[in-house]
Amino acid sequence: SSASLLFLSRASLPTQRHQVHRKSVKKGFEFTLMVVGESGLGKSTLINSLFLTDLYPERVIPGAAEKIERTVQIEASTVEIEERGVKLRLTVVDTPGYGDAINSQDCFSTIISYIDDQFERYLHDESGLNRRHIVDNRVHCCFYFISPLGHGLKPLDVQFMKAIHNKVNVVPVIAKADTLTLRERERLKRRILDEIDEHGIKIYHLPDAESDEDEDFKEQTRILKASIPFAVVGSNQQIEAKGKKVRGRLYPWGVVEVENPEHNDFLKLRTMLITHMQDLQEVTQDLHYENFRSDRLKRGGRLSSHGYVLPLSPAYVPVCFQLLPLTDSRAQAVHLDG
Amino acid sequence: AQCFEFPLPCYSSPISFSFINHLVDFSYVGIDAILEQMRRKAMKQGFELNIMVVGQSGLGKSTLMNTLFKSKVSRKSVLATSQEKIPKTIEIKSISHDIEEKGVRMKLTVIDTPGFGDQINNENCWQPIMKFINDQYEAYLQEEININRKKRIPDSRVHCCIYFIPPTGHCLRPLDVEFMKRLSKVVNIVPVIAKADTLTLEERDFFKKKIREELRSNGIDVYPQKEFDEDAEDRMINEKIREMIPFAVVGSDQEYQVNGRRLLGRKTKWGTIEVENIAHCEFAYLRDLLIRTHMQNIKDITSSIHYEMYRVRRLNESNTAVTQANGIPEHHLSAHEM
Repeated sequence: SSASLLFLSRASLPTQRHQVHRKSVKKGFEFTLMVVGESGLGKSTLINSLFLTDLYPERVIPGAAEKIERTVQIEASTVEIEERGVKLRLTVVDTPGYGDAINSQDCFSTIISYIDDQFERYLHDESGLNRRHIVDNRVHCCFYFISPLGHGLKPLDVQFMKAIHNKVNVVPVIAKADTLTLRERERLKRRILDEIDEHGIKIYHLPDAESDEDEDFKEQTRILKASIPFAVVGSNQQIEAKGKKVRGRLYPWGVVEVENPEHNDFLKLRTMLITHMQDLQEVTQDLHYENFRSDRLKRGGRLSSHGYVLPLSPAYVPVCFQLLPLTDSRAQAVHLDG
Repeated sequence: AQCFEFPLPCYSSPISFSFINHLVDFSYVGIDAILEQMRRKAMKQGFELNIMVVGQSGLGKSTLMNTLFKSKVSRKSVLATSQEKIPKTIEIKSISHDIEEKGVRMKLTVIDTPGFGDQINNENCWQPIMKFINDQYEAYLQEEININRKKRIPDSRVHCCIYFIPPTGHCLRPLDVEFMKRLSKVVNIVPVIAKADTLTLEERDFFKKKIREELRSNGIDVYPQKEFDEDAEDRMINEKIREMIPFAVVGSDQEYQVNGRRLLGRKTKWGTIEVENIAHCEFAYLRDLLIRTHMQNIKDITSSIHYEMYRVRRLNESNTAVTQANGIPEHHLSAHEM
């Protein structure tokens, strides 16, 4: 198939990056993508379309009655994808129940806790003695699905994005984009960008192409940057259109082709994700994680969920760990000597 | 396409011709001439229709109203500002228009409910709407019990409430169920699937079936309600409608050239959606139901059932108050005694 999950080949790679690239290829990549949005915005279909897989084979969509009872869940599914010798361990974190309830006031505390927990775990592992096999389960990117039906961002959209924009790379996505005419799409994109600006929401910014990149890559980066937020359509159904088979959606008035850039931004989203997987991880490490870490350490040592005490300052490395039993009183500040 | 009749049958008076044709039918009295008299009176009087639209922002409510009545009847069309902010609380806004067609005059009032379902916390968002509907019943009742009554009581009662369901393709949301459960007891609810051009025919059928199931399991009676079918003929016609609702609609106030004809539609890169084409969406069915076939029935049910129920409740309430003051036990009184 023409779809390739690999990093697009670049005509010239600076030597250093090339070496890092080679090393990473051997090790394989880990990437965690979180997906957030109301029910019915085509999130699952889009994820399956992006990675040409079925992450949700036994999915049962709950009815309204069940939804009333439910709070937001966190469901992580991991797949190993291998293409041309490159292994990707992809974890997709779903958040069913988000925005479903009549009162969505508390629907993102679970999500924020999850993101923080992954940071906490990584911090703990990083502070540990054996750091050979640290597993990186931190959320590297969050696709936030915006309904194409409204006139822009909803109050919930604004609140949620502001609550997580300092913890994860937020990539806003306009879902089910085939519900919009071209003009409506452009208008909605502009409106969303204005509102993002107005509310001070920090979304993930694609880095400008470096000066030593080739022209094609530079142009591609320019086009990607100009298309944000991406307006996408997902599908894994093969439809016959104009004599060939395409992935799309069949309507009485025509066929929407998922991989047709004139119909929607699916290819752009996929390209962005693939060519920036590395950058998304870096920003998570260098910005979001470091923010979490310094914040966390400033607040001082306390019992973590694993029962170990975290060092109070980055320079401090305890000579030995004391295994402290978890007691009922959680507010126990322990100071280590030495 | 089915052929729907204009609500008022056009009869020419047979009596006026009988002496011209020298035809005298001994078995014919001419009672049916009353139909013509009624028609003339209705045409002189004109009639009122009050439609409420309820649904989240961006579901195309205003556009649909404009499409239904082929004129700019919605509140949005009358607004000075082009961009709209979501109000912090629910507002009830009425706009009235006089529409005339072939000598028949109608006073159409469209009642909009901006803010419904748009907040993060939507608890009790049906309350202001319920209150508005009951307030109209109250206003009518007050006029009715007056000693000196107006000849024609102005009818501001909500005849029909169109509820817009977002086209998720899955099932009803808790908010949809809560709203329709409560309001179906006081007003005729006509649920529609909004912006249905986002669903393939398959998805549409699945969605509708799911919705009908959920309406049934929640005991929600939408229009046309089974218990108000008058006779077998009624039942047959209404059963067909009940098997088709909710209608999947698309609205548009823009015309495009399609196959040499000018049609209302939405133009996209993959085809043009024709709003009045039943192969594309069910707008025509909704229009025919609301305007061409069931308009009078909708008004009748409002006045003879919903309003009467309100009246009985209110009168019993005041009865209770009066009898409690007079020391008469409640069960001696019934609605008939009023």
